[in-house]
Amino acid sequence: MSVITRPLAALGAGVLSTLATVGRVALFALAAFRHILTPPFYGREFLHALMHVGYLSLPVVGLTAVFTGGALALQIYAGGARFSAEQVVPQIVALGVVRELGPVMVGLMMAARVTSSIAAEIATMKVTEQIDALVTLSTNPMKYLTAPRVFAGLVTVPLLVAVGDAIGVFGGWFVSVQSLGFNPAVYLKNTVDFLETPDIVSSLVKGAAFGVIATLMGCYFGMHSGRGAQGVGQATKSSVVAAAVLILAANFLLTQAFFAT
Amino acid sequence: MISLQDVHKAFGAKEILRGLDLDVAKGESCVIIGGSGSGKSVALKCVLGLITPDRGTIMVDGEDITKTGDRDAFLARFGMLFQGAALFDSLPVWQNVAFRLLRGSLKRPRAEAKEIAIEKLRRVGMGPDVADLFPAELSGGMQKRVGLARAIAADPEIIFFDEPTSGLDPIMAGVINELIREIVVEMGATAVTITHDMTSVRAIADKVAMLHRGKIRWHGPVADMDRADDPYLRQFITGSPNGPIETLR
Repeated sequence: MSVITRPLAALGAGVLSTLATVGRVALFALAAFRHILTPPFYGREFLHALMHVGYLSLPVVGLTAVFTGGALALQIYAGGARFSAEQVVPQIVALGVVRELGPVMVGLMMAARVTSSIAAEIATMKVTEQIDALVTLSTNPMKYLTAPRVFAGLVTVPLLVAVGDAIGVFGGWFVSVQSLGFNPAVYLKNTVDFLETPDIVSSLVKGAAFGVIATLMGCYFGMHSGRGAQGVGQATKSSVVAAAVLILAANFLLTQAFFAT
Repeated sequence: MISLQDVHKAFGAKEILRGLDLDVAKGESCVIIGGSGSGKSVALKCVLGLITPDRGTIMVDGEDITKTGDRDAFLARFGMLFQGAALFDSLPVWQNVAFRLLRGSLKRPRAEAKEIAIEKLRRVGMGPDVADLFPAELSGGMQKRVGLARAIAADPEIIFFDEPTSGLDPIMAGVINELIREIVVEMGATAVTITHDMTSVRAIADKVAMLHRGKIRWHGPVADMDRADDPYLRQFITGSPNGPIETLR
């Protein structure tokens, strides 16, 4: 009997544990948004988070976007050539970058760069009793550490996505003009004419959602880290994995919400 | 002033506090001693509300801490020096010291807060030149001093010291002990210190309480400590591996 029940019990325990984590993350997210909306507000912490999450992420976003746009142009040109449809490169690059690759690449870069550093920083603060020190100094850690970071993610990542989209399209344009023989002005005109408002809106909405996910996961796993160096490492790893998976899942749901007919 | 009655706390199956009773009078310096894992830090964290006890009552000035309405005002009465100083890495020294004065109910203008921070740093023997350094640029002893300056920055009525001399050389430990004693007397504050360091106990304490397996094993004035015949206390004071306190070898 135990041969049958033991795997079922293990499965049940796993499901319960996952559901409990989902519940805790949901409550944590609600608390974060409540603290974003209610005073006191920590302006300096918010500005610091804006710099860290937004401005300092620009180089990595720019580099990934330009190479992705360039590679996409080459792939579409090669694929289109099979059907004598090489001329669709500007339109497909624009659509691919703005609707999908721009937001997803920026989201994943946020998970790699921002989620990991937030989780490691907050987990280290927890391990070294800095979070306890905040409480004894009459400061709510959710309000001081989590709210500014999540709000910064919500505000800055759409802007990063907009920059990433523009640089990605530029990467495609540059490769198409330099290597594939496209006319620069015609390429740009085709790009601008083809893109529609919902394409850009969906891109920015995805950016906001991914920004919240990336910062929230960093804060959640940092705040709930275990003890010692191993606890910090585990929190960092879990935060990046959770952020990356949630970003891809949210991307699918948002694409479905915007474009499924 | 501080009264813990029948306080229990367990983490999972592990019972840490098993009916802790302790009273600390106003203006008194009480040192809690005991082996690692005896529940000293947990007791302090219960008083501050960082950990919620499973059972028992904790009163500060006759008021049950779980029924305190204004938590900000309650915590403003406390200062705490953490074992590793717990300074905020991202802030310069003066902002660490003046942290409470830069936000919340005790907020002051930035220039005034910096002035107070520099004055508190001077009180713990540090010059204004360290004010703009970051904690990572300081030695362990200096970090403890900054932690001490932060603990006293808002002139608290009650100060907790968690292992104030751990990790310090004997001379720096002596300096910190002296500073704590001076500051507590000068401010008229109520102090609770937890430590393993018997030199600290003799330098800081008015009263000593020994915690063993989550309960007070012995308590009394520091002058009575060496004359006490409790075998647990005697073993702890002498540091003998032989006695009723179980040791791992």
